[in-house]
Amino acid sequence: MNRFALADCTTIDAALSQLKDGAVVKAGGVDLLDRMKDGIEEPQRLVNIRNVAELRGIRETLQGLTVGPLTTLAEISEHPGIRAHYQILSDACGHAATPHIRNMATVGGNLLQRVQCWYYRSANFQCLRKGKDFCFAFEGLNQYHAIMEYTGCPSVAPSSAAVALLGLGASVELTSAKRGKRTVGIRELYVVPDANPTKFTVIEPDELLTAIVIPRPAPGTRSAYQKYGEKESFDWAIADAGVVLEMDGPICRRAVITMGAASPVVRRSPQAEAALAGKPVTEETARAAGRVSVEGAQPLSMNAYKLDLFPVAVYRTVLLAAGLRGRDPSAAG
Amino acid sequence: MSNRPTEDALLPQAAMPANSTVKMPVGVPGYTLHEETRQAPASEPPVWPINKDLQYVGHSAHRYDGPDKASGRARYTSDVQLPGMLYAKFVNAALPHAKVISVDTSAAEKYPGVRGVYVVEHVLGPAELRNPALDRGRYPVVRFAGQPIAAIAATTPAAAQEAATLVRIQYEKLPFVVDLDKARESNAPPVFPGPADEEGSAGGGGGPSDVHQTGNVHGPSVHRVRDTEQGFKEADVIVEGHYITQVQTHSALETHGVVADWKPGMLTVWASTQGTASVREELAGYFDLPMSQVRVITEFMGGGFGAKFGAGNPGVVAAALSKKTGAPVRLMLDRQEEHLSVGNRPSSDQTLRIGAKKDGTLTAIHLVSYGTAGCGTGAGCAGPATNLYQYASLHTEENDVFINAGPASAMRAPGHPQGAFALEQTIDDLAVKLNVEPIDLRDKIDNHPVRRVERQIVRESALWKSRSPVPGADQGPVKRGVGLAQSVWYRFVRTNCAAEVRVHRDGSLEVLSAVQDIGSGIKTVLAQILAEQFGVPPSQIAVKVGDTNYPVGPDSGGSVTTLSLTPAVRDAAWQAAQKFLADIAPALGVSPSDLVLVDGEVRSGSGKFQPISFRRAAAKMTASQITAQARRVPDYDPSKYLTYGGVDVAEVEVDTELGRVHVRRVLSVHDCGRPMNPEQTISQINGGIIQGISFTLFEDRLLDPKYGLMVNPDLDLYKIAGAREIPQIDVRLVEAYIGQSSTDASGIGEAAGVVSIGAAIGNAVYNATGVRVRRTPMTPAVVLAALRQGGTQA
Ligand SMILES: Cc1cc2nc3c(=O)[nH]c(=O)nc-3n(C[C@H](O)[C@H](O)[C@H](O)COP(=O)(O)OP(=O)(O)OC[C@H]3O[C@@H](n4cnc5c(N)ncnc54)[C@H](O)[C@@H]3O)c2cc1C
Ligand code: SF4
Repeated sequence: MNRFALADCTTIDAALSQLKDGAVVKAGGVDLLDRMKDGIEEPQRLVNIRNVAELRGIRETLQGLTVGPLTTLAEISEHPGIRAHYQILSDACGHAATPHIRNMATVGGNLLQRVQCWYYRSANFQCLRKGKDFCFAFEGLNQYHAIMEYTGCPSVAPSSAAVALLGLGASVELTSAKRGKRTVGIRELYVVPDANPTKFTVIEPDELLTAIVIPRPAPGTRSAYQKYGEKESFDWAIADAGVVLEMDGPICRRAVITMGAASPVVRRSPQAEAALAGKPVTEETARAAGRVSVEGAQPLSMNAYKLDLFPVAVYRTVLLAAGLRGRDPSAAG
Repeated sequence: MSNRPTEDALLPQAAMPANSTVKMPVGVPGYTLHEETRQAPASEPPVWPINKDLQYVGHSAHRYDGPDKASGRARYTSDVQLPGMLYAKFVNAALPHAKVISVDTSAAEKYPGVRGVYVVEHVLGPAELRNPALDRGRYPVVRFAGQPIAAIAATTPAAAQEAATLVRIQYEKLPFVVDLDKARESNAPPVFPGPADEEGSAGGGGGPSDVHQTGNVHGPSVHRVRDTEQGFKEADVIVEGHYITQVQTHSALETHGVVADWKPGMLTVWASTQGTASVREELAGYFDLPMSQVRVITEFMGGGFGAKFGAGNPGVVAAALSKKTGAPVRLMLDRQEEHLSVGNRPSSDQTLRIGAKKDGTLTAIHLVSYGTAGCGTGAGCAGPATNLYQYASLHTEENDVFINAGPASAMRAPGHPQGAFALEQTIDDLAVKLNVEPIDLRDKIDNHPVRRVERQIVRESALWKSRSPVPGADQGPVKRGVGLAQSVWYRFVRTNCAAEVRVHRDGSLEVLSAVQDIGSGIKTVLAQILAEQFGVPPSQIAVKVGDTNYPVGPDSGGSVTTLSLTPAVRDAAWQAAQKFLADIAPALGVSPSDLVLVDGEVRSGSGKFQPISFRRAAAKMTASQITAQARRVPDYDPSKYLTYGGVDVAEVEVDTELGRVHVRRVLSVHDCGRPMNPEQTISQINGGIIQGISFTLFEDRLLDPKYGLMVNPDLDLYKIAGAREIPQIDVRLVEAYIGQSSTDASGIGEAAGVVSIGAAIGNAVYNATGVRVRRTPMTPAVVLAALRQGGTQA
């Protein structure tokens, strides 16, 4: 790891004023310090926002929720209001990583963490996303990589929180000292690698993520998230699914189905959503939604098994959201 | 097993002392216990009864150093802090195969804080060319990415690391191969320019050196018992399977490392090692120092699993840097180096064929195995096929395949988890074909008396009784299954070990041995032995181990520590007690033979005086200290070929839609002679089961085929079992007396579950689904593929 200067800030304004000359924001530091220790990034200045109190906390309003980006995954997963009305989000935050990491990891940092592709994470490989012109995954080891919606870079979206927040139609507030605030939706937060492989998110170097805004779900909404890894203790998703169902009695008025570990950027599955809309939620309709969730997928040399996994993740999570099935013991981690 | 100089094989045989005939308990209490006579040296202490009739030994005692470990007081190698100590960092090869043309350290040497730079002259670990002249060149040829090339010693870890990046290495790239199948092809890039062999370590590992090498294929090493062609002709049924297991790394939580302090007249080294003696010998040999001028200390050890014998590259380099700089040097590997350069369990690709009669009698076992130990050897895995069952004929061919990856080293029961994974699933296949219960078939073909008892215990267990006789019987996508498998390990005895026992006039007692406690708990056992002998609680005993200043201890590999050392300790304790009683008897006005040591007191057998406390009795000693030293005497009946083992039962749930295998419960029935401390023995078995589950389901050292680099050199993407992957483990310890020494202890570390649990899981998966998964790790991708193909071939 390189040597760096550290600016410890306690207010948003102080932090914003420090964001210059290649400075990088540090929240919990879980992801950033890993990248630095692995020698794939060498920022000269870190701006520590961990102690900015105004960026931490959960506010329930009539319109919905406002979550400060420094709120930890543990705090979100344990929040009674979120458990009651935003189950998908407490599921996602409560099943990411490990209990220790969830105490340290902030939800803002979770949304903005970089991909886990092992070539990207190794200083020995200089790939597209580090500004070079080659991807090592296609001819290399790609069992955990994307099965859809990629061209140049088949890495997968790592954030569990993003899968939930996309399902809830959330947006984030970005603030810069010069340009003030702007709001972007979760999906728009991410830059698809084909557009700009080194950019990852639309956040500019002088911007802070200052809030996550979640609209209040329509009455009758039920939701859930499940993450499947190869193992349950601190593993990354090999398949995951977020499900938000707006129910009208037994009929699903509207469904939002989201997936993380399938593609470079968190995605919705319009096919799966269509398979449920206007229908009763049953094992049959849930399985039908699962089946079409991977329509159009193009697996790589080693990850065709994910074509089996996502349909299962989707149907079981639909049933979980609808209250027709318990949490899957295979996704307990 | 091995041919290190510390081992018995290379030592002249000690003369056997005069013998006397003793009667000893032999067999399993409640099943087969009986008395047998043995010839024991006349100097041996009286025979111990079975555990229930002892007070301390054979009963659970908490770990002697548990509070130190739990509180952080325990000083591990990386906690050693010496005045003026420097921090060293390796510079490692970034290519899998290359000639090093030049190493320019000038910029690194000038870096602020740097005190010394060392360029590695000889890399320890990889196989050595039979003709070393084939490797011409100034520097060692790079044969794996991560091979150490140089090292920096600096005043801070950061300075050492930064300076390490300034070392300029010029390479001439050589073609490489990291895939076992590709390496076997005739036009594969050769890892070595000629035949090369790897010496074994005290923990096993290494391979045969008397075999052919063709290209990268080092072997076969052929072993034949009678004629398998005839055997297959006589068979009524034949079963065959092709099994593949991956490379696993040891992944001990404490990485390899040393602190070396080279002073005129004495090199002192703190080492994370399984053999203080092995470190001393390698350093004395490498630097041409007298043994008396090398001292090795291992106060606490954070796991080795077979990878930590000898000084290795870290030991040699740290000592050289300390010599060069005149300051103590700490060199601890980081996690990446730990994965890449200091050992692993070789992979295997096994084709196993077994022929049997209708009644189950095995007529032939035929095994051909290929495996890679990287640029080392030791991938043989025929142990279980050779040693678990009775058969009319056997033919095994073991091949090591060199690839450009870090050399393997011994790893917990070398070759056996791999071999048992194939053998024990094939035996279950045979049971299916013969339409018999797998446990009944094993009764037919396995005449080990203790495993027979163990199978009986399994048969009567609720878990085994809950097994459905019909595979894949459960409805729905999640299917439950139960399977069993057996393990075997061998009795290796090191007579080259000794201990000293001291009685002080204040009544305190201590025991000294250079043996290292690698976490398996020998310290506690030594305290228990003295307690038993002196009749005082173990907490009153001071145990001093892990220092070559004490009498030589065994290297802890091959499950030898407890069975080798404890008889020497008991003998020394008994002799010290005899001397002690003789010394105080006159003051008590009785003859020594009238004195007994019990319950913290010295008593007169004939009631000549009121019992007095051990402490008060010790005050009557005529010298401030009484000592006795004893060396391990050979086993009483060395003609007996002894093995131990166990039977492991796994209950799994297979989520057939997700290809996920979840181990719910394990029943582990194991023997290890006299269990000296059941709690610690069970802990060994728990560990073996967990490590074995992790091997079977998760761990995999992944090398990129095009670049030859490991893509998961961490403990995150190198997936290792965590708390949620650990099932309920029920251990049933079987006391199995063998009448071989004054403690009659045996070993457990290697037989402990790690050998058999993989096959037990495989057999349980078959029982759950009716499909055989013949490949590890059984990830969702592997299991789904097997389910899809109906188990024809994973
Ligand atoms: C073993 C392991 C398992 C894991 N498993 C999962 C999992 O299953 N699911 C999952 O979702 N995650 C998982 N994670 C990832 C973990 O949750 C994230 O690393 C963590 O949430 C990052 O949060 P942080 O606060 O530490 O971010 P940091 O590391 O501090 O920051 C991450 C990035 O975001 C930027 N940043 C942070 N906050 C702001 C802000 N307010 N404004 C602008 N930029 C900002 C930083 O500059 C940095 O680039 C796992 C991690 C580990 C180590
Ligand atoms: S998948 Fe993406 S991150 Fe990984 S090597 Fe390819 S371009 Fe780089």
